[in-house]
Amino acid sequence: MSLLVPDSGLLFWMVFIFGIVVFVLARFGFPVILKMVDERKAFIEDSLLMAEKARTELEKVKADSEVIIDNARKEHLRIINESNLLKEQLVKEAKVKAEQEAAKVIEEARVKIVSEKDAAMREIRREVAALSVDIAEKVLKSKLASGDEQEEMINKLLDEITISKS
Amino acid sequence: MKAILRKLTILFVGALLPALTYAADNHESAVSTHDKSEEFNVRDFILEHIADAYTWHITKIGEHDIAVPLPVIVRSHNSGWQVFMSSALAEGKHYKGLYISESEQYKGKIVELTDVGKEVRPLDISITKNVFTLILSAVILIFLILFVAKSYKGGFAVKSKFVCFMEMFIMMIHDDVIKPCVGKHYKEYAPYLLTLFFFIFINNMMGVIPIFPFGANLTGNIAFTFVLALVTFVIVNVSGTREYWKEIFWPDVPMPLKFPVPFFPLLELISVFTKPFALMIRLLANMMAGHTIVLGLVCMIFLTTSMGRAANTSLTFVSVILSVFISFVELLVAFIQAYIFTLLSAVYIGLAKAEPHHK
Repeated sequence: MSLLVPDSGLLFWMVFIFGIVVFVLARFGFPVILKMVDERKAFIEDSLLMAEKARTELEKVKADSEVIIDNARKEHLRIINESNLLKEQLVKEAKVKAEQEAAKVIEEARVKIVSEKDAAMREIRREVAALSVDIAEKVLKSKLASGDEQEEMINKLLDEITISKS
Repeated sequence: MKAILRKLTILFVGALLPALTYAADNHESAVSTHDKSEEFNVRDFILEHIADAYTWHITKIGEHDIAVPLPVIVRSHNSGWQVFMSSALAEGKHYKGLYISESEQYKGKIVELTDVGKEVRPLDISITKNVFTLILSAVILIFLILFVAKSYKGGFAVKSKFVCFMEMFIMMIHDDVIKPCVGKHYKEYAPYLLTLFFFIFINNMMGVIPIFPFGANLTGNIAFTFVLALVTFVIVNVSGTREYWKEIFWPDVPMPLKFPVPFFPLLELISVFTKPFALMIRLLANMMAGHTIVLGLVCMIFLTTSMGRAANTSLTFVSVILSVFISFVELLVAFIQAYIFTLLSAVYIGLAKAEPHHK
């Protein structure tokens, strides 16, 4: 059964070489690899966490900006509405004022017209009175040469006046 | 792909098989002329191939052995330290009183004669086939792992495919075997267990490749598995906690089972030794069996030469197909055995790190 009896020479070499292999690999080989893999794992985990944090922060910023934009839009709307109102009011006021002004001008014009008319009427009357006095004077001067004629004349005139008056 | 395979098969059957059978014929005649024996001895053939050797025998062309000589280092009782190439002992030659024994007790080993004419073994630390394989695999493994480790020095940059593959391999053993089996203290033991795994794995793989300088049956040699099991045994028992030893000498069983006659403690003590022993035998037997099966199947070619060309050719075909199949199984076994050795070592260390039960 030589297969189950370890050979001393091979045993010696096996101890020697396995010893070297274990010494080298368990010191400079596997620990380096395991350490780096661990470090890389930690690094990746950190990076993921940071990315997650950055994402939430970004979301927050996004939400903030949305609020800001929303507010701005509301403000904008409000200002437009306000200005619209103001405009309408102004236009209305202007209209009212213009109407008032116009009414005033018309009123003044009417008053002036009336007074002008009265004045004109008065003038005309005075003119007519003066003219009639003149006419009467001339008529009287020419007709009142004879007594009869005068009398007749006076009567005629009186008739006329009374007729016109009745 | 299919077409190529078919062509290869035709080529194989058409050209290689006659060549193989011819070789078998030749071998048969060579064996019969050399040993004057009528039968091709399968047992000796297989034992010779799975045993250690001083030279690396590759093939035999005609009457000449094609072999790679390896250094012999012995300390003779008569002439002190001797270092020479094994070619000096080829074909029964003697070198300063040293020769390769043909006797039953020391068959194939270097011996010398004492004054009274008795064969004795000198102190022998020759670089045999197995030692050569051992050194080669150790060098390959060290370079491989240090290369991978070195490529991690440059920060977290993307690694080459090979390094990524090795990392995956290493981390598989680390995360799936070592971490869960050893438990809390896995960090201290991970480097040793990883070394153990890759050392066994690379040696197993080198045993499966049948071309020089591979193919030696190193992991199927008891010296190899013995040392590995011994190291594991030492580590397990050195790192044993108080609880571990308490469970061996004063286990949690009814008093009659442990007090007047220490029945359970005895069992536990035996199991301390059977665990590494099982490790040793399991790896040895599995790897040796693999080699033996392949060799046995190859032997079929030589055994059937006497049955005529037709039978020989067809059986050669069967034998080659089966050998290829078994070789693939061997690849699997090479991994599985390294895995199991590491797994069980990790489990034993985990058990030795036992902590008091919570009451």
